[in-house]
Amino acid sequence: MPEQRKNINDFSITIATVNGSGSQTANTTLLRALFKMGIPVSGKNLFPSNIQGLPTWYTIRVSKEGYTARRDEHEIVICMNQASFIKDLAGVLPGGAFFYADNISYPVNRTDISVYKMPIKELIKTADVSPALRDYIANMIYVGVLAYILGIEIEKIQSALEFHFKGKPKPIESNIKMVKAAAEWAATNLNKSDPYWVEPMDKTKGLIMADGNTAAALGAIYGGVQFAAWYPITPASSLAESLNEYLPKLRKNAEGKHTYAVVQAEDELSAIGMAVGAGWAGLRSMTSTSGPGLSLMTEYAGLAYFAEVPIVVWDVQRIGPSTGLPTRTSQGDLTFTYFMGHGDTQHVILLPGSVNECFEFGGTALDLAEHLQTPIFVLSDLDLGMNQWMTDAFKYPDKPLDRGKVLWEADLENGHKDWQRYRDVDGDGIPYRTVAGNRHPKAGYFSRGTGHDEKAVYSEDPDVWVTNMDRLRLKYNTARSIVPKPILDASENSNIGIITFGSNEPAVYEARSILKQDGLSSDYLRIRALPFTDEVADFVHTHERVYIVETNHDGQMNQLITIEMPDQALKFRSICLDNGLSLSARWVHDRIQGMEAN
Amino acid sequence: MVTNISNTNHIGLTKNDYKGLPSSLCQGCGHNSISNQIISACYELGLVPEEILKFSGIGCSSKSPAYFLNRSFGFNSLHGRMAPLVTGAIFADTGLKALGISGDGDTASIGMSGFKHMMRRNTPMVYIVENNGVYGLTKGQFSATAEVGLNLKHQGTNPYMPVDVCMEAIISNATFVARSFAGDAKQVKELIKAALNHNGVAILDIISPCVTFNNQVNAFHSYTWGKDHEAPLHEISFVPILDEIILEDDFLPGTVTEVCLHDGNMIVLKKLEKDYDPTDRWQALHMLEESQQNNWLVTGLIYIECDRPSLTELHNLPATPLNRLTEKDLRPSPETLDQINANML
Repeated sequence: MPEQRKNINDFSITIATVNGSGSQTANTTLLRALFKMGIPVSGKNLFPSNIQGLPTWYTIRVSKEGYTARRDEHEIVICMNQASFIKDLAGVLPGGAFFYADNISYPVNRTDISVYKMPIKELIKTADVSPALRDYIANMIYVGVLAYILGIEIEKIQSALEFHFKGKPKPIESNIKMVKAAAEWAATNLNKSDPYWVEPMDKTKGLIMADGNTAAALGAIYGGVQFAAWYPITPASSLAESLNEYLPKLRKNAEGKHTYAVVQAEDELSAIGMAVGAGWAGLRSMTSTSGPGLSLMTEYAGLAYFAEVPIVVWDVQRIGPSTGLPTRTSQGDLTFTYFMGHGDTQHVILLPGSVNECFEFGGTALDLAEHLQTPIFVLSDLDLGMNQWMTDAFKYPDKPLDRGKVLWEADLENGHKDWQRYRDVDGDGIPYRTVAGNRHPKAGYFSRGTGHDEKAVYSEDPDVWVTNMDRLRLKYNTARSIVPKPILDASENSNIGIITFGSNEPAVYEARSILKQDGLSSDYLRIRALPFTDEVADFVHTHERVYIVETNHDGQMNQLITIEMPDQALKFRSICLDNGLSLSARWVHDRIQGMEAN
Repeated sequence: MVTNISNTNHIGLTKNDYKGLPSSLCQGCGHNSISNQIISACYELGLVPEEILKFSGIGCSSKSPAYFLNRSFGFNSLHGRMAPLVTGAIFADTGLKALGISGDGDTASIGMSGFKHMMRRNTPMVYIVENNGVYGLTKGQFSATAEVGLNLKHQGTNPYMPVDVCMEAIISNATFVARSFAGDAKQVKELIKAALNHNGVAILDIISPCVTFNNQVNAFHSYTWGKDHEAPLHEISFVPILDEIILEDDFLPGTVTEVCLHDGNMIVLKKLEKDYDPTDRWQALHMLEESQQNNWLVTGLIYIECDRPSLTELHNLPATPLNRLTEKDLRPSPETLDQINANML
């Protein structure tokens, strides 16, 4: 093997294990230890729809430049799974390093890489845990070996384990012992022949490491959520589970009473039904689901839109149609959600692009729902929701809760004596509402999905119907001016514009820098909400060619922008891929470069 | 018994304060007489209309909340989806009473799952099934409670066994299960009063004839069949805590059973032909099985369990209604977020 230049802090590690073998502890410990060394990292779990037995991979990208997008290549591969061994071995980049467990009996037939065989069977005997836990702790052997080979600081691994086990001394002790034993074995028995090293940096200051679902739940809690109903579904379950974890700690009043309620429903039909009931009765209300659950929520979403009930629906997207690839990521629910419901329905959608934004939008969505009296959908995805990301620390909300136009007993006596539920008093399409429990004799009204007039009385009058629908459209236009504005970088003054949204940001950010190295500068717009704000049209109008980058098969954002501004359609170039993986910068770069060349 | 000769109840409201819009259902529809008994029950109990929430699904029955309690908040929701709607709404203010009207299609077909899970949770609400064996609003198709062998003009003969709403309720752990007949106004009213004072889910399966599509003399859900075959388990009276002493003279010892509701109100059951203990779940199921075998329309309070906590009681809620809490109660302090951030390094 030829002598190679030292590679410090710029490579990817893929760890192949068996699903259910407990490798997540080892993998996230490695990730967090590197993060604690101040090195920018990102981790992605590629797991099967299975509890135990099928192959699973975890990729850690170490990037001194701070890039966090998925890479298609990996320099270092650790194989703990005989079933995926041949593919794993073939996938190592030339010049890379391959670690494997000695209970795998296949031959290693590559000479262009460094190969390290790890004596799992022998080392595991030294572990001070019960035989039942041995398989789990075996994963700490590759952590220890890798720590020696790459130079990961053992004390950072120790503090990552303290984080993982929430300070419980017993598991921390037995795991770190295994790590140390493996590192010592490696120091005595292995000769490092690969060029990869990690070195401490100071690039993670002010950052935290969290997943989007936890962030969303925390955002909702600091945004005053009062009611949540949910039904288990991958990859959304951990959002509601985080509510269940944090609410009891954060939302007990002085008497120890809960200022919230969470109900696990019998299905998504009921989950959204409960959320609508609570929202109607004046609670800040939410539900969380993924694509198949969203399909079931459609009828209630239409009712909530038409009866004007505030609710928040988080859709942590996975790939479909149908069950699809239930443990793989996608942005395929965009057009479905936008028009969700029969008749002329159009919804407000928020599109968080980072874990920190999941936190921020957790509260923003509740504010918008009550302000606009309508369902607000937040489209996250598996990659954002379930993977650990470096992100800015969560920022305490700087605005008071927006409870919208709610009238209580005193309001109906003062200034709102002639209140009518569906009358547009302020010219913004948003009427005033009362909520259940208001004891004023004139507070009550009858909500329904059938045609109704301004007083909420049943009506089949054609003019009444059209007038009401026109007001809902006006309300939707009001939303345009208050939803989160896009993130814009037009500093390059380029004639090429790139539009994207959600978790594509890291890939597009990196692709732009590679394009720039090629001599292709580009401007950038990340859409954070629908309906489209004026900034989107401005961006489109001021660029000659607009690439729209997204993780779905049909280019759904491209479709929606084309509907919004059909006269600009010839500018749009759809860059879309939906294969279950998050986009890589290289792929985005190659596609744009290829289209520019033609 | 002292008769109230004034036109107001003890909170000073007239019966008009409990009325709704004129009904758009068919003349003679059983649902209209149930609406009237709801009005009477709420008036006589002296409930504050603003403290009652009305709910429904979709169907003829579900239209009826517009025809009573005009001053109450109401929500006519989706077909079969009333139960989850109520489950969410009742958390907002536990000082309110929820009254839901559904039908046999709404409950026993499209809404069966939500119906059963609502009972399992003991969601505090009165859930009335206006049961007529047919889909009225879509013009007379068989519902899941239609008896096997029922002949309908445009539908032919029903080949399937019916769903027994009360039996489903008992096996789903409902804590108040009753059956009545729209033609038995007094019993309907007393059951509604008792149900409105039950702490938990109260299921009233009321046979409510559809005069347009399913009122043939020999049909189980018809007026004629009901009048000829109704077999009450007991004579039921709801006795508010204030009236208790006055009523003691009315019944001879040994002929009545008293069931105490959670707030001291009583249900008094006067024995008719046989002894029946509505707190015995096994006996209730046995009685329903026997009625099914013999095609009897047995009415009355079939099952009651007073001690099980309701859904909202399991959630450790504050005394102030959730929907009146302010930002001070709802947003944790900045220090707690600093701590969370520190824990995620």
